[in-house]
Amino acid sequence: MFELIGVAPQALFGQLLLGLINGAFYAMLSLGLAVIFGLLNIINFTHGAQYMMGAFGSWLLLNYLGTPFWGALLIAPLIVAAVGMAIERVLLSRLYHLDHLYGLLLTYGVALVIEGLFRRFYGASGMPYANPIPGGANLGFMFLPYYRAFVVVASLAVCILVWLAIERSKLGSYLRAAIEKPDLVQAFGINVPRMITLTYGFGVGLAALAGVLAAPIYQVSPIMGSHLINVVFAVVVIGGLGSVAGSVVTGFGLGVVEGLTKVFYPEASSTVVFLVMAVVLTIRPGGLFGATR
Amino acid sequence: MSRLGLLLRAGCAALAIASAAPAAEAGPDDPVKIGVLTDMSGPYSDVGGPGSVEAVKMAIEDFGGSTLGKPVVIVSGDHQNKADIGSNIARKWFDVDGVDMVTDLTNSAVALAVQALAKDQKKINLVSSTHTTELTNKACSPYGVHWTFDAYALSAGTAGAVAREGAKKWYFISADYTFGRNLEENAEKILAKYGAQTIGKSRHPLNNSDFSSNLLQAQASGADVIAVANTGNDLSNLMKQAAEFQIGKSQKLVMLSAFVTDIHAMGLDNAKGSVLTEAFYWNRDADSRKWSERFFKKMGKMPTMIQAGSYSATLHYLAAVNAAGSKDADKVMQKMRDTPINDIFWKNGRIREDGVMTHDMLLIQVKSPEQSKEPWDYYDVVGVIPGEQAFQPLSESACPLIKR
Repeated sequence: MFELIGVAPQALFGQLLLGLINGAFYAMLSLGLAVIFGLLNIINFTHGAQYMMGAFGSWLLLNYLGTPFWGALLIAPLIVAAVGMAIERVLLSRLYHLDHLYGLLLTYGVALVIEGLFRRFYGASGMPYANPIPGGANLGFMFLPYYRAFVVVASLAVCILVWLAIERSKLGSYLRAAIEKPDLVQAFGINVPRMITLTYGFGVGLAALAGVLAAPIYQVSPIMGSHLINVVFAVVVIGGLGSVAGSVVTGFGLGVVEGLTKVFYPEASSTVVFLVMAVVLTIRPGGLFGATR
Repeated sequence: MSRLGLLLRAGCAALAIASAAPAAEAGPDDPVKIGVLTDMSGPYSDVGGPGSVEAVKMAIEDFGGSTLGKPVVIVSGDHQNKADIGSNIARKWFDVDGVDMVTDLTNSAVALAVQALAKDQKKINLVSSTHTTELTNKACSPYGVHWTFDAYALSAGTAGAVAREGAKKWYFISADYTFGRNLEENAEKILAKYGAQTIGKSRHPLNNSDFSSNLLQAQASGADVIAVANTGNDLSNLMKQAAEFQIGKSQKLVMLSAFVTDIHAMGLDNAKGSVLTEAFYWNRDADSRKWSERFFKKMGKMPTMIQAGSYSATLHYLAAVNAAGSKDADKVMQKMRDTPINDIFWKNGRIREDGVMTHDMLLIQVKSPEQSKEPWDYYDVVGVIPGEQAFQPLSESACPLIKR
């Protein structure tokens, strides 16, 4: 069968696994976006910049405070989430009564400002960040670096935890109720604005966490997020805006689709995601897992 | 009308008034004006950008600040890597502001557009960056010089040196646009001369963050050498991931185009041992070191060959203006061609009729972290490629200006 399509099985398995690893990043980033959109109705275009801030955060922590990767994994997302919450309080909260479009424009503008600031101070080329788990295992069909295996496991774990927290926990049920009927939930004595701020911070923290995980693999540079964000938006749209499970499944799925494209026609690998998006939107305008809003 | 629409209209009207305002016509008695047209904040801003502007300022300062009895004026512009923006700025500089010479011109598309414009307007453009060999072939200009390096010099230097050592099987990973293909083609021409062959290639889109797929294919191909033809963040990402997949252990990794700032960005751990070609290295000798340290004090990083090229081109231009006693483009170009270029960067440089400035190129091996003694101590200069061999032979050039 493999001879028929002209690709050695080794190459195919290798690319599938790599696709899964890239999918892990898509899944984590789109998860944060989905949470924010689902609960706040804000299309958070700052997400890419916040992912970049996570990666830069770990670099800054290492170079100025000597914090190792494992510490940064915890601290950097917290700091970036705090910055995110400040942005939500000061800017975003003024836009909730307006159309989606205003939130999108504002977050896009904030992203440009943040990226511009980082470029001003750290240059366009970026910074090196050492791999915390060097080495790897030879699987026969490919060499798998240990760190990449860790990324897949870690992101799967995070995705499942987030899904459980939102769909199965009491806090999650408050959140979901607050989206449907904010007035009623407020009447039960729950501080809805604070909950929204914390939710935004949580989504942003997820982006920053993905950024910290990305630092040892990708160049830590001010524009790293803007490259990724378009693909991640496509992932969220394909999965269904606001659907947590949808974004995770689509994230991993599209990583694999992209990996396969790299085997057969690498030049199209940056386009294939958008092709899928166009097809899905034609057939199911609400996305694979979403309900039409 | 919406408020946004109103705002846009008001803006357009203001712009129209501003551009219609009568400008003092620039004449031959005006001071010499130099324009640095570069990428001020985009992907090439570290290799050219504000550093190039600073280098030109240093050149003017070192020249004494004035020529033809008037202080030299410098202007700078951000072309944002768009050919139309670049040529609009250049057109305004030439038509309204009386700019006499434009330099830097990072980004091939911008350089080609501005060179064509400068040729029409009889203005001088000294391209201190940019890979495309087109500038000195079909698109060559009597007023345009390609100063620092081109795709031919970089790939010929590196591929030639590695092929000479006996590496026969090559695999290319290239950025899927003119720049990557140009480097790849030039390298393949050289490989053919040494009997080496390409056994595979894979291309990737610009601004691709994950290269594991390309690297895995290269690893599986059994090639002796994996040649990389991309730049900026793509290059850093690729090298970082090559180290992760332990590619350099059994196969040789070669960067067809890299700047010292790229090595700084990816870290010696990821770059050690690779071979590359540069026109300039800050720590080559006492002179270049002294100059680079001055530059470092202002910019906080060591100069790239592009920035050194902007300095050198400006200095040579100002000397030619002085010697010609005029800023007339024909006279100045004649002086520039007649005088060999001997400055702290380049010895025995010469401007050919096709616009190539030939000079020695440096063959470089990147140090390991243990060998590096101080910040920015990244290179071992392992060889010097003489100017006559480093650049495309005049006989192969497609420039119509060459008298055959």
